[in-house]
Amino acid sequence: MRLPNQKLSRNVTLINLLVSAAALLLACAAFVGYDQISFRRSMVSEVSVRAQIIASNSVSAILFNDATSARSTLSALSASADVMWAGICTAQGKSFALYQRTGTDRVPALPSIAPGQMQSVLFGNGDIVLARAIIFRGRSLGTVYVESDLSTIAQRRKEYAAIALAVLLASMVAALLVSWLFAKSVADPIVGLAALTRDITEHKDYSARAIPTGRNDEVTLLIGSFNDMLGQIERRDRALREARADLERRVEERTAQLTHANKELESFSYSVSHDLRAPLRSIDGFSQALLEDYDAKLDAAGKDYLRRIRASAQRMGVLIDDLLNLGRVSRATIQKEKVDATALAESIAADLRRAQPGREVEFRIEKGMEAWADPGLLRIVLDNLLNNAWKFTSKRGHASIEFGLRRDNGGPACYFVRDNGAGFDPKYADRLFGAFQRLHAMTDFAGTGVGLATVQRIITRHGGSVWAESAVDQGAVFYFTL
Amino acid sequence: MREAVILLVEDNPDDEALTLRALKKNNIQNEVVVARDGREALDYLFGEGIYEGRDVRVKPQVILLDLKLPKLDGFEVLRAMRGNEHTRLLPVVILTSSNEERDRINGYGLGANSYVRKPVEFGEFIEAVKQLGLYWLILNQIAPAAGVL
Ligand SMILES: Nc1ncnc2c1ncn2[C@@H]1O[C@H](COP(=O)(O)OP(=O)(O)OP(=O)(O)O)[C@@H](O)[C@H]1O
Ligand SMILES: [Mg+2]
Repeated sequence: MRLPNQKLSRNVTLINLLVSAAALLLACAAFVGYDQISFRRSMVSEVSVRAQIIASNSVSAILFNDATSARSTLSALSASADVMWAGICTAQGKSFALYQRTGTDRVPALPSIAPGQMQSVLFGNGDIVLARAIIFRGRSLGTVYVESDLSTIAQRRKEYAAIALAVLLASMVAALLVSWLFAKSVADPIVGLAALTRDITEHKDYSARAIPTGRNDEVTLLIGSFNDMLGQIERRDRALREARADLERRVEERTAQLTHANKELESFSYSVSHDLRAPLRSIDGFSQALLEDYDAKLDAAGKDYLRRIRASAQRMGVLIDDLLNLGRVSRATIQKEKVDATALAESIAADLRRAQPGREVEFRIEKGMEAWADPGLLRIVLDNLLNNAWKFTSKRGHASIEFGLRRDNGGPACYFVRDNGAGFDPKYADRLFGAFQRLHAMTDFAGTGVGLATVQRIITRHGGSVWAESAVDQGAVFYFTL
Repeated sequence: MREAVILLVEDNPDDEALTLRALKKNNIQNEVVVARDGREALDYLFGEGIYEGRDVRVKPQVILLDLKLPKLDGFEVLRAMRGNEHTRLLPVVILTSSNEERDRINGYGLGANSYVRKPVEFGEFIEAVKQLGLYWLILNQIAPAAGVL
């Protein structure tokens, strides 16, 4: 836990130092720059005033060619410690008078005055030389040159640098102090908080709490909020756990109930398939025995009644079987795999042709159709749909049945079975999927009416849907998805 | 050689009468012994109870076994038979109302030789019995072990 702590403090310290140093340096630079400029400016005007005084005082000396008087005028400059050298030139450019501070023996580089100007300044290395025209009644009599020492500027610069350095050091110390205070009051609690957060995410122990600093600041606020949040998470966590346990218990309960109900249903259909068919066998069998053994004693009506009894018993047998199959489909476990739907449909079509070789039916089955479904259950679906198409086209001279796959962009693969048979009234399109629901008279087309109910259950259990489109005498299309 | 016996295990008197009628319709004139529950069937096979002292070496050529029976049901009869050295190899045809998958699995699992569902339509039933008779009484050769003892 030490490392991040040091890191945060170090970062804060570094930032503090950098910021204060940069600010100070900038301020100093600006200040010194400004001071230098204004100092130069005042220097120039000071030297210019001196040159002016000398210029006006030396007018008569030049007019009367009195060099001695001019020299004495120049020597007044000795009162200004910074003037190193001064001189007067005549209009012809001849040296007229000179002043030299003792110890200096050289002539500086002299500026020349542009025509129409009164004066001109030349900044040298450590000095400034100013030239001023001597004018009398509009006529130029000559030029005054004054060289002034600039070493005071350098001196000033050094002093400023020393002050800036001192301030810089002082502010660094102050910044360090502030950083240390920050680390103590802000960084440490935040680092502690970070460590706690990591601990909590690692161990998922939401009962842990951060220790408040005891001060009245944002960090305390942060710690308080953090603890509040932990409290909320802890409560929610507990509630969630309880809810999950409750849910699991309920699922278990429901599963048990469901298993029980399923078992009951199973034993119900088991006894139906065993016990309900036995009496039907007796009815049919003994009716047949009557017809055979008592043929002579029965008149035509009696025999007709017996035949009706037998037909009903047999139909009842078929109904029971269909009903049981429907229940079986609902309970069957689904095991999806890749199924060759084309081959499946072709084999069913072949079965149909075999069963009724006399019929002329054109089958158009799309090649290469694959489905992801339970093979046994998909067979039941196709068997029912193709059987229906076969049955409801039986009154057509030329029957055609199509099985294909429509891939709508994006949607699930949609299979369809189309025929050109009797069709049905679309008003009842959703009814035909109910058990024992039929839209055609038994005398027109035989059937129980559980075929499509079975289909729908299988499709629903596959997570798909099934629907139909038709019009009377216009054929029908049955669509399904898986 | 004595006429081969058929053991019919059937509790429902209607079904018994219809089965006998179907046999007669197919001109199968073998002796038919009827056991009306599972216990009776085993008694016959093992020479116990009311069949005490019966010569158990006389074995039925085929056993037509119903599943839903009082006392011991068809599966228990089958299990007991397959567990006994003398009846282990006797041909057993399950003849029942249901075509429940689990009945078929149980039946074959316990060693039934055949499983036939009794159809509702009596004509079909006669046809089924005809096929059974043809196969089990005429075509089928029983296992030698069952014949020797
Ligand atoms: N291809 C079709 N053309 C016209 N009507 C149809 C078609 N398929 C189904 N129907 C209508 O829907 C009804 C229900 O069909 P369903 O397959 O469930 O029963 P069924 O074919 O009459 O009997 P079952 O299939 O149980 O033997 C049919 O009776 C018929 O009226
Ligand atoms: Mg149908």
